[in-house]
Amino acid sequence: MTLVAVIVLGVGVAGALALRAFRENVMFYFDPSKVAAGQVKQGQHFRLGGMVVKGSVQRQSGSLDVKFTVTDFAHNVPVTYDKVLPDLFKEGAGVVALGRLDEHGTFVADEVLAKHDEKYMPPEVARSLKQGQAAAAANGAEAPH
Amino acid sequence: MNWVWFHRLGSPPHFFRIAGRMIPWFAWLAAITGIAGLIGGLGLAPPDYQQGEGYRIIFVHVPAAVLSTTAYAVMASAAAVGLIWRMNVAHAVAASSAAVGAWFTFVALATGSLWGRPMWGTYWEWDPRLVSELVLLFLYLGYMGLRSAIDDTARADRASAVLALVGVINLPIIHYSVDWWNSLHQGHTLLKFGKASMPPSMLVPLLLMMLAFTLYFGAILLVRARGEILRRERNARWIGEAIGAGS
Repeated sequence: MTLVAVIVLGVGVAGALALRAFRENVMFYFDPSKVAAGQVKQGQHFRLGGMVVKGSVQRQSGSLDVKFTVTDFAHNVPVTYDKVLPDLFKEGAGVVALGRLDEHGTFVADEVLAKHDEKYMPPEVARSLKQGQAAAAANGAEAPH
Repeated sequence: MNWVWFHRLGSPPHFFRIAGRMIPWFAWLAAITGIAGLIGGLGLAPPDYQQGEGYRIIFVHVPAAVLSTTAYAVMASAAAVGLIWRMNVAHAVAASSAAVGAWFTFVALATGSLWGRPMWGTYWEWDPRLVSELVLLFLYLGYMGLRSAIDDTARADRASAVLALVGVINLPIIHYSVDWWNSLHQGHTLLKFGKASMPPSMLVPLLLMMLAFTLYFGAILLVRARGEILRRERNARWIGEAIGAGS
């Protein structure tokens, strides 16, 4: 009984301390606010994560080159990429890009991964939700008149 | 509170008999809920608005991942009971749970990898959720390795029980990895406050599959625990009676 209690307590304390120490260091990706705060050095390889800004995706005709902006709704980072994007890559959806910042503050990505959220629904529902939101937004815009 | 049932379960012949009676129930219910869940998940559930048909791997991936941690919790709890009350049957249950849990972990990692390639664009990333699940696989393998490296059963029981208990720290890390750290893996769809982020047409088959995997785990665990008890008690007189009686 004592042995079990000691193990559980000891491991619990060690684990909690380790987690406290790692919490800041184990970052799978940095968000644009962290980049804006200067937490990454220029030329350093890191992952950038956030949402693709709606309407920001520009494709170069005749090549795979693509430009888009990643945001965390506080700061934005422009991104360039020259390879095939994953299927789930969409404006307004989450991405995680691996690469580095160039001298103009543009993120040059070597790899772009799409992040999907925890929501699941049939396409019809998503469509009608979208229409509902659009209708609500239109009503909201007309209301002040 | 009456603890007689608990102490009776600690008796190998009694556990052997009870387990033998429960196995068909677990197995048949697992088969029924599994078939219903597969029909519901692969046939009746609608495609997802983002991931299309590809999301259907969720009906195997999520139950396998849930059971990979549940099997570890069962293993560690049984190991703790074995250490505290010196209960041989509990050690047998812990030993039986490891390999099953390791397979669930492997299935969760493999299906997640196959899912990750089309959706995220990669088979593997050093992401907190993925790494902590991989650590779980290594914990299982270490547990089994340690057990088989010690010939004396009683010593193997104690040593591996300590390892199992130390590894428990990984369970909350796996579960909360998607909350604590920025992760490529999605957040919680089911286990969170408020409503599940999934309509009933997908949720019901998913819950059925989780139930089926749990029942399947129960059945396999009892079969393996019976085998383990037979091995440990091979010289006991009750075994001749139990097998002679055809139970």
